[in-house]
Amino acid sequence: MISANLSAVFYLVSGILFILALRGLSSPDTSRQGNYFGIAGMIIAIVVTFLSIGNFSNSLVYVIIFLLIGGSIGAFIAFKIPMTAMPELVAGFHSLVGLAAVFVAIAAFLNPEAFNLGFLGNIKLASLIEMSIGAAVGAITFSGSIIAFLKLRGIMSGSPIIFSGQHLLNLILGIGIFVLIFYLCKTQSANIFWTVVFISFLVGILLIIPIGGADMPVVISMLNSYSGWAAAGIGFTLENTALIITGALVGSSGAILSYIMCKAMNRSFVSVILGGFGADSSADEKKKNQDQKPVKSGNAEDAAFLMKNASSVIIVPGYGMAVAQAQHALREMVDKLKKNDIKVTYAIHPVAGRMPGHMNVLLAEANVPYDEVFELEDINNDFANSDVAFVIGANDVTNPVAKTDPKSPIFGMPVLDVEKCKSVLFVKRSLSPGYAGIDNELFYKDNTLMLFADAKKMTEDIVKNLD
Amino acid sequence: MEIDPFIFRLSIFILSIFVGYYVVWSVTPSLHTPLMSVTNAISSVIIVGAIIAALAGTSENVFETSSTFGFIAIILAAINIFGGFLVTHRMLQMYKKKKVKKK
Repeated sequence: MISANLSAVFYLVSGILFILALRGLSSPDTSRQGNYFGIAGMIIAIVVTFLSIGNFSNSLVYVIIFLLIGGSIGAFIAFKIPMTAMPELVAGFHSLVGLAAVFVAIAAFLNPEAFNLGFLGNIKLASLIEMSIGAAVGAITFSGSIIAFLKLRGIMSGSPIIFSGQHLLNLILGIGIFVLIFYLCKTQSANIFWTVVFISFLVGILLIIPIGGADMPVVISMLNSYSGWAAAGIGFTLENTALIITGALVGSSGAILSYIMCKAMNRSFVSVILGGFGADSSADEKKKNQDQKPVKSGNAEDAAFLMKNASSVIIVPGYGMAVAQAQHALREMVDKLKKNDIKVTYAIHPVAGRMPGHMNVLLAEANVPYDEVFELEDINNDFANSDVAFVIGANDVTNPVAKTDPKSPIFGMPVLDVEKCKSVLFVKRSLSPGYAGIDNELFYKDNTLMLFADAKKMTEDIVKNLD
Repeated sequence: MEIDPFIFRLSIFILSIFVGYYVVWSVTPSLHTPLMSVTNAISSVIIVGAIIAALAGTSENVFETSSTFGFIAIILAAINIFGGFLVTHRMLQMYKKKKVKKK
């Protein structure tokens, strides 16, 4: 058994290691080392917890068994999960953090003596507030992440679910949670505690259902942030520095990512939360109006010819590429082009994919070196000097409407200046609009050649034609 | 007058938010997905609370209500810890520069 002071010092050390873990991610070179710092921090925190409790009953055996059960499940998932499914996985993991926070809070409420927080029915006021906030945020994270998971997985439709008085209801429930916590402090009643947890579950669901598929990158980042705040709330309850530091880190990390995502879509955080964006219903109508315009379409042969005669090609991948699993075929195509001394780079929009940085991971998986992949602001000026832009599975992020039409819902969103290229190859299954439900002007430009096909099949055909 | 320990914890909390703010802004956008999975893993340090709760059961009654919640929380957090760090590791292994290209 080690003293409380010594264990507090160790918790601080593990908190610092977590900071270093995030610091490592500033470049891919240091990132792997960063991950090891994180693992070291976790091991220290767990070992110190065992040592500080000291008097092991036979519970210890069970703790280790349960730890290993969870660990094996986690390891199994980590090795099996395809990289395209990362958004769902992260959403799923967020829900687990949330639920774990709820359960720890419940355990602390039922047995405050174990945590040195007072006695059942007479818990220290501050601890009671902290644990109920931790439980509430945890519950919101849990049910919200479940909804996000279902939407990303496609089990639930990505279109927003809206009913009248929705925001008022959320507001009332939100205020209700605070009122209940206030009464909980006065009465210490277990029933009120359970009600707080229950209402919070409900709020989590209600909060995420109105948010459409296009806004999912923001949702995941936001839930990431919530899971951090939940951990911090529990950290205050347990008076544990490692948890407080981690909670603050994760909370601000998620908040920054949400901000970056909102900025990349030119949407305010509030409007994302209020939801309703990316409704499927409005899409059909607009499509009808635009169907008449002439479109140039080509086949793999034309595309191969254009690219072979280019000196520089910029590839613009989007989520469609991931869905079609075309990243490996794409890489093959790029290899062929490079053999012909054609300069190839990749342009990635911040909201390409369903979560921040998703495209980068998919390209990395297909063995694309990360120094050939560029972010929007680094590459946008290059389009004007390039011969071919190869848009594969992306749509809204290339739409020039965002720059020209103030009435468009995506007006002001930073987009890739694809149309400035000498020619644009646009791989797409049909002319249907993207997630934002708006038509893409790019389809009808003179220098655009539409390649109507499945992204993977088209890329493979182009590869054949490049020989 | 003595300062409540809560204030110290609050100070740590607020300073950590600032540290997080600056550290996360320095994360390169191409690593935002690993950032999310690793933050996921480290926030599972909540397992320390779960362990305390689980070990609070007595030898005669290992699984009382409170400790059972602790045990379940251990499983949940452990899934996250192993899953989060391993999947991050798997992703980071894939980030390669031009020169070290193998295939």
